[in-house]
Amino acid sequence: MSLVFAGVCSHAPGITGRKEMAGGDDAETLYVAMDEMRQAMEATRPDALIVIAGEHFANFFMNNMPAYCMGMAQEYEGPIEDPEWLGIQRTSVPGNPDLSRRIIQHTLQDIDLAYAEEWKFDHGIMVPLHFLTPRYDLPIIPVNINCQGPPITPLHRAWAFGQALRKACNAVPERIALVGTGGISHWPATPDSGKIDEAWDRDFLDRWSSNDRQRLLDYSDEQTYLEAGQGGFEIRTFIAISGASEGCTGTVHYYRPIPIFAVGCTVGIMNLEEVA
Amino acid sequence: MSLYYVQKLLYELNRDPALQEQFFADKESVLGDYKLDAEETEALEKPDIGMLYILGVNGQILMHYAAMCGYAWPEYIQAMRDALEEHGNVRAGLYVTTDGKGAV
Repeated sequence: MSLVFAGVCSHAPGITGRKEMAGGDDAETLYVAMDEMRQAMEATRPDALIVIAGEHFANFFMNNMPAYCMGMAQEYEGPIEDPEWLGIQRTSVPGNPDLSRRIIQHTLQDIDLAYAEEWKFDHGIMVPLHFLTPRYDLPIIPVNINCQGPPITPLHRAWAFGQALRKACNAVPERIALVGTGGISHWPATPDSGKIDEAWDRDFLDRWSSNDRQRLLDYSDEQTYLEAGQGGFEIRTFIAISGASEGCTGTVHYYRPIPIFAVGCTVGIMNLEEVA
Repeated sequence: MSLYYVQKLLYELNRDPALQEQFFADKESVLGDYKLDAEETEALEKPDIGMLYILGVNGQILMHYAAMCGYAWPEYIQAMRDALEEHGNVRAGLYVTTDGKGAV
């Protein structure tokens, strides 16, 4: 079949772990937007969901850090964090190793992709799944782009990875949903946690919505670090979705800076029907 | 300075409940397996979350150790802010790639 759904969302642990500390209707409106994303994804009747995340040293460390890695396990476990801290109970999440193997094999035509038959999900994947597959009944294929431990992959490679993944999805008979998850400007887990540059975020989301490759790749890591914090490196996950959705525009359905969640919370969906 | 091993210990603690149990029962039995200097060992043992930040531990690793040690989120953030006041800039790792002040 093909790619039937592509979108992006935030995954900050505070979204579930510090929900009660949020002010006004911040949590409520975000939760509604995430549920609407779930409904939009379910309407496309996916057979599996590929989640492209920038994980946070749950599985990969600087002793052996892949730039890109895809899971190929029968099942996964998460969250690796204290369930009370994250606000998500520990559970088993189904995978599909046969589908993973075929997608990895296709992707390897263009990108040197590592694979892993063991993978413990951290908040980077568990928070999106908490909203998008709350019954944990859809096979998940996790992907990590190293956004935490430099040297990290250049932005144009994240785009190329998305392109390669799209070709791989087109080559399998299953209906594939694809979600990229990360923050835009943010300084998570640092003394400046809660700082968010809304203007920087909105400019990035404008580039993401128009799916303008040139403008999306027009950042240096030095610039991103200075202007958007180390958390800004996670734009790679959004850019991979852009590469996978080349030729389509996106719609940002929700954006709101929520400091206690330490990120500008975002929900966006690509309009894949534009090239269907 | 062996930031790599400080972070490796915390990475392994974060993903291994059995190691956590051993560590909190007898920290020395675990610390001895890693190449740590005296300052790092002290910061891990106390624990001194702020000093671990100054030493350069990535927040995505450190925040879980802080939670493991009983720090509520605001306490964790404050510990790092206090350490910047007391000790000055972050000394190594990701947060010194620009001005050495970490995120501030």
